[in-house]
Amino acid sequence: MNATLTVEGLKVAIGAANVLRGVSLEVQPGEVRGLVGESGAGKSMLGRAVLGLLPANATITSGQIAFEGRDLLAMTETERRGLLGRRIALIPQDPMTSLNPVKRIGAQIGNLLRHHLGLPKRAALTRAAELLTEVAIREPERVLALYPHEISGGMRQRVLIAMAFACDPALVIADEPTTALDVTVQRQVLQLVERLRLRHGSAILFVTHDLGVVAKICRSMSVLHAGRVLEEGETADVLVRPRHAYTRALLAATPRADRPADALRPVPPALIEQLWSEAHRLDRAGEARPA
Amino acid sequence: MRWGEIIKRLVLVPPTLFGVAVIVFVLLRVVPGDPIAMMIPPGASEADITRLRALYGLDQPILQQFATWLGQVASGDLGRSISVRQGVLDLLLARLPATIELALLATVIAVVLGVLVALAGILLRGRRAEWAVDGGVGALLAIPDFLWALILLLLFGVLIPWLPISGRVDPQIDIDLRSNFYLLESLLTGRFDTASALLHHMFLPALALALPFAALVARILKASLADAEDQDYAQIARARGYSRPAILLHEVFPNALIPTVALGGVQLTLLLGGTVLVERIFSYEGIGNMAIDAVINRDFPLIQGLVLTFAVLFIALNLAVDLVVALLDPRLRHG
Ligand SMILES: Nc1ncnc2c1ncn2[C@@H]1O[C@H](COP(=O)(O)OP(=O)(O)O)[C@@H](O)[C@H]1O
Ligand SMILES: [Mg+2]
Repeated sequence: MNATLTVEGLKVAIGAANVLRGVSLEVQPGEVRGLVGESGAGKSMLGRAVLGLLPANATITSGQIAFEGRDLLAMTETERRGLLGRRIALIPQDPMTSLNPVKRIGAQIGNLLRHHLGLPKRAALTRAAELLTEVAIREPERVLALYPHEISGGMRQRVLIAMAFACDPALVIADEPTTALDVTVQRQVLQLVERLRLRHGSAILFVTHDLGVVAKICRSMSVLHAGRVLEEGETADVLVRPRHAYTRALLAATPRADRPADALRPVPPALIEQLWSEAHRLDRAGEARPA
Repeated sequence: MRWGEIIKRLVLVPPTLFGVAVIVFVLLRVVPGDPIAMMIPPGASEADITRLRALYGLDQPILQQFATWLGQVASGDLGRSISVRQGVLDLLLARLPATIELALLATVIAVVLGVLVALAGILLRGRRAEWAVDGGVGALLAIPDFLWALILLLLFGVLIPWLPISGRVDPQIDIDLRSNFYLLESLLTGRFDTASALLHHMFLPALALALPFAALVARILKASLADAEDQDYAQIARARGYSRPAILLHEVFPNALIPTVALGGVQLTLLLGGTVLVERIFSYEGIGNMAIDAVINRDFPLIQGLVLTFAVLFIALNLAVDLVVALLDPRLRHG
C-alpha cells in the first residue's frame, strides 16, 4: 500500500535563500506525524509545497512530493485542484484571518461541499450543520447564519477543522492549529482533531513547535531545522532516546509535568550556530556539484 | 451602520447647510462686484443704481438680508434670479435633472471601465503586462476631466466629427416628456429614438467626466483586490481546490469592494464638481453650466441656491456611500 504522503529530497529556494534543503518524510494512512521545529525552520513551507501554495517567488529546485503514490508536482493544475480540499485538506494556523469576513459560516462550508461533493444547496447546509455538531458547536443552524466576526476564535478554529474534514480527506495538514489559541481552548481543539481524524480515517501532518503536543497526539515525528530533517522516528523512541543533539536540546527546553519549570534550558546558541553553518556548508556543496 | 448613526447624521444636515449658507452669503457680499454693477447699462445714473439696489434688497445691512433670505428658504422659496429673472427653485429644478443624468451616465461608464481595468490588472498580476496596466491607469489619473473635455471635443467633435459637441439635445427634436429627466424618462417609457439622441449628446461630456474617475476606481479596486488576495482566507481558498478566477470573484471581490466604495464613492463629489467646467465646454444645460453664468453675473440668489444644491448633493452622496459600505461589510452592519 502506498504511503499517504511521500516527500523526497525536497529543496525549495526563495530567491537566493534555501528554505528547504532536501526534506524527506512519509505519512502513512491514518498516521499522525508531528513536524517539529523552531519558528523559521521551514515547517509551513513544507506544508505549502504539498498544497501547491508556495509564494510566487519560491521555486522547488529538486525533489518529489507524492500523494497516495501520485506525483503531485507532475499533475495538471486541474488534477491537483480536484484533490485539494477534498483528499488533501488544511487546518490553518490563525483562525482570526482564515475565514472570509464578508461571508456567512454556512455559505463558506456550503460552498466547499457543493464544490467537491456536488451537494445541492439545501443538502449542503444540512450537512454543514452536521459537521458543526461534530466539532461540538451547539445550535449549529444559528451559527451557520453568523459571520466570522460574530463567533470566538476557538469557535472559528472549530469551523475550520470541520471544513478540513468535511470531505473525508486522506491527509490533513495542520499548521500549528493551536498556536493562536489560549491554553484551555488548545486542549479541546487537540481532542477534537484526534476525534475527527479517527471518525474520518484521515492521516495528519501535524506541524508544531511544541513537543508537548507531539507527545500527546503524534505516533511518529520529524524534527526540522533550517530546512533539514535532523531526526525522525516513532514519537516514543525519539522522545525517550533522542539521537540528535538538537532534539535533546528541544526536549530540555520543553516544559513537562514531571519536572520543575526552572529545569528548563533554552536551546544553546552554539548548537544553533553549528547547525546553521552545517546547513550553509550543505548549500555550497550543492552548488559545487554540476546540476 | 446602525439606525442611531443614520439619525445622528441626518440631524447634522441642517446645521451643515446653515454653515454653508452663512459662508456663501457673506463671501458673496465681501468680495467686490455686485449684480447691479453687472446689469446696468453704461452711463446709468446714480439714482437708477440706488433704486435697483433697493429693489433687490441689497441696500439693507448684510444681517438683515441674510435673515430675509433665510426666512424665504425656510418656506421653500430660494428667491428670484437677478440675471435670468425667474424663480431660483424653478431654474434649479429645470436644470438639475440634466446634471444628475450626466453624472449618473459618467459614473456608470467609469465603474464599468474601472472594474474591467482592475480585473485585467489583477489577472495579469506578477506578469510584465501588469506594469502596463498600472502605468496606463497612472497616466489617466494625471489628466483632469476638463482637459479630457477639450481633447474629446477636438478629437470627436472637430477632427472626426462623429458626435454632437453642444447642448443636451438637438433643438429641432420635439421633446415630449413630462419630467426633466429626459434620458431616464425616455428609457423608461420606451422612447428609444429620443434616448439615443440624448445619449449622443451626453456621451462626450460623460466620458470626459468618467475617465479620471474610471482611473481612480481602477487603481483603488486593483490595489484592494491585490490586498485581499494576499489575505489568509484567499490563500486558504486555493488549498480548498478553487480556481483563481473563482477565488477572485467569490472570495476576493466582495472584500475588495468595501474599500473601493468607501474611497471611490467619496470621490464622486469630485466628479460632480467637474460638471461645472465640462458642462460649460459642451454647452450642456445643467446646473454646472448655469453656475458659471451665475458667477459671471454676480447673481447672488442663484449662486446661493446653486451652492446649497451642491451641498445637499454632496451630503446625500456621502451618506449613501456610508450606507452602501455598511451593506457590503457585515462587520459594520451590526455595529
Ligand atoms: N514569503 C517569503 N519570502 C521570503 N522568505 C520567506 C517567506 N516566507 C517564509 N520565508 C522564509 O522561509 C523560512 C521558513 O519559513 P516557514 O516555513 O514559515 O517557517 P516555520 O517553520 O516557522 O513555519 C524562514 O526562514 C522564512 O524567513
Ligand atoms: Mg509556520
